Amino acid sequence: MVDAGLVAELAAVLSPDRVRIGATELALYRRDASTIEGDAGVVCFPLTTEEVAAVVRIAHRRRVPFVARGSGTGLAGGATPLDGALVVVTTKMNRVLSVDVDERRAWVEPGVLNLDLSRHGAAYGLHFAPDPSSQQSCSIGGNVANNSGGPHCLAEGVTSMHVLAVEVVLPDGTVTMLGDPDGEWDGYDLRGAFVGSEGMFGIATKVCVRLTPNPPDVRTLLFDYTDVAAGAATVSAIIAAGIVPAALEMMDANCIQAVEAYVHAGFPLDAAAVLLVEVDGLPHGVAADTERIVEIGMAHGARTARVAQNDEERALIWKGRKTAFGAVARIKPNYYLHDTVVPRHRLVEVLTQVYEIAARHELIVLNVFHAGDGNLHPLLVFDKREPGVMERVHAAGEEIVRASVAAGGVLSGEHGIGLEKRDFMPLMFAPADLDAQARLREAFDPDGLANPAKVLPSGSRCGDISHAPEGAWI
Amino acid sequence: MDLTGFADAVGLDGPVTIAGLAGRGGPVPGVRCVAAPAGIGTFLPEEMTVSCGAGTPVAELQAALAERGQSVALPDGGTVGGALAVGHAGLLRLGHGPVRDALLQCHTVLADGSTVMAGGTTVKNVSGFDLCRLFVGAQGTLGFFGTVLLRTRPEPAARRWFRSDEPATAVRRRLFRPSAVLWNGAATIVCLEGHPADVAEQAAGAGLVEVEGPPPVPAGARRPLASDDPALVGLPAGSYLVELGVGVVHLADAAALAAPRIADPGVVALHGRLKRLFDPDGRLNPGRAPAGAEPVAIGSVHP
Repeated sequence: MVDAGLVAELAAVLSPDRVRIGATELALYRRDASTIEGDAGVVCFPLTTEEVAAVVRIAHRRRVPFVARGSGTGLAGGATPLDGALVVVTTKMNRVLSVDVDERRAWVEPGVLNLDLSRHGAAYGLHFAPDPSSQQSCSIGGNVANNSGGPHCLAEGVTSMHVLAVEVVLPDGTVTMLGDPDGEWDGYDLRGAFVGSEGMFGIATKVCVRLTPNPPDVRTLLFDYTDVAAGAATVSAIIAAGIVPAALEMMDANCIQAVEAYVHAGFPLDAAAVLLVEVDGLPHGVAADTERIVEIGMAHGARTARVAQNDEERALIWKGRKTAFGAVARIKPNYYLHDTVVPRHRLVEVLTQVYEIAARHELIVLNVFHAGDGNLHPLLVFDKREPGVMERVHAAGEEIVRASVAAGGVLSGEHGIGLEKRDFMPLMFAPADLDAQARLREAFDPDGLANPAKVLPSGSRCGDISHAPEGAWI
Repeated sequence: MDLTGFADAVGLDGPVTIAGLAGRGGPVPGVRCVAAPAGIGTFLPEEMTVSCGAGTPVAELQAALAERGQSVALPDGGTVGGALAVGHAGLLRLGHGPVRDALLQCHTVLADGSTVMAGGTTVKNVSGFDLCRLFVGAQGTLGFFGTVLLRTRPEPAARRWFRSDEPATAVRRRLFRPSAVLWNGAATIVCLEGHPADVAEQAAGAGLVEVEGPPPVPAGARRPLASDDPALVGLPAGSYLVELGVGVVHLADAAALAAPRIADPGVVALHGRLKRLFDPDGRLNPGRAPAGAEPVAIGSVHP
């Protein structure tokens, strides 16, 4: 049901062509990259902070829930609108506004794509450190909303460590600046609270990001093992030796075979696991770390240690890692991806459980993961046309989440909670913990209009269920 | 570490303040005082994490981590809880990151007597809203840290301090990721860390001269300020120390530069709403809350 009054008001502050209610647009914007479908009422495309503020003020006055959305690459349903919500798309706000080379920071609009920002910085020898696998298509606004990670956040940290300040439109339409580009401020860390708030604290309209100098030297190594546990032991031993590589990524046998058939990265087809290690920095440190890592890998049962000899070989190894998700299409048309994190010393134990869970539900599982962070990415591959398969996929997924949390881990390392894991939050948090998170949300959004019904399960705010969403569902 | 006993001590009624080692201003005078649990819990070098009571002295924690070649990015002195509550990093912040990035998980006692767990056990975690960062730097006005889990880091093979008579920005341009670049109005002071041969090559390439260690830090006041702020121009050399790339200036004379006032109405309103939701009666560390979060007194200048 289209709210004609809302559409007319929005069209007056934007322009009629940037307020869409056509069936195609509503269908396109009713989901993100997850399997969860929602219901968009109106889709609008503001170009400036002032336009976002005007749109949010209208939504606030009319008590219409709104959902901010960037490229829609999220995997947890965080940008999925519910109950005919207004979708505010920031993809047309895509300018790099300024780069301060000496201070190594840039002001960007939220629709700038992650990889485009690093390409922009390349002229100055700088890049944006968070590098999620979707970096060719995900937006900085989405990175801020999800506090995104990526392979290189082992050494460089997640998005929150690279955001100095955010200009936001609060859910009542107030425009305010959180944090300070100069790096330190007095008062509460509202910037820190905002990053990772999954669109529930307002809409980011400008982001001041920290840029990282490109390393003078990079070395990429590939180990292969006949045993996954040996690979995981190598990871722990490297960290225990006082080396924090730029990246530590692992793939299991199923994943190696899928990737090798797809991109021919030269991964040994008979290996149980390959471990990709990257070190970067100044040349002496890189050389010393490389030598030590090779020793550690071989001492822990690696069959071979391959050191990329040039940029092409390095790019090919990384291509193998980053196209893992595309490669699974050769096995089955659909996949479901979890991203729990467990302490590194529990990795093997939880992986063993993941294999058992998948076998029990008669599903194929591929594991490709950020081993250095303990961040698992089990891919359950399936064909959704098979009757009853979705039930098995969801049941297996829930068991994987439960096993990870039981091992002292967390629900999500980088994808966020969104709708997908909302109802798992009580596995990790007690009622008092959820209540404190709900208070934080209430401080930013007393009326509960910004992306309602995400992250916190219904009833999280003790003694107050007035904001419980209607028809919340997964 | 007795969290329950700590929560009981914080109680449910009346103003209450928290004492550490009085290294950062100490408890609020004239208010009933509690102390957080102390002691190191579990240190896992291969996970790069350590748990401890918030009342643990920073020096004690660093000594324990050093036995396994690690450290935590907290400033020297006082307690862990005090360092987190104040949120001011030490001189190596450019290389080691701000205090707020060191905290992975905390158990915090709130004004209503509840103990809240925030964050997670792993370095990478986006499960739920980031209450850890909200509590860091909040001066104990939203809750008191009880126990914490911190991210550790390996100590570098070499750490050396240098000086140069060239302007700090020019020196910084020639260095790859220095751990500190400081400017006192007359000289640039630099800290380099890493492989000894890299440190030596970097220093030689930038014409740096080695010095004993970090410079004395002017103790009059610490202000958030950009290193190129025009307000610094008139100050005598040596009366201040700027941390480049970090937004901090240390002053010998606190009166030399006024403390900036938080004036953004959106931020002031958020401070107020957070304080009302977490500590509606203003019990915790009264007088320490930021603009908008203290009850408005007659004659107050806050908007």
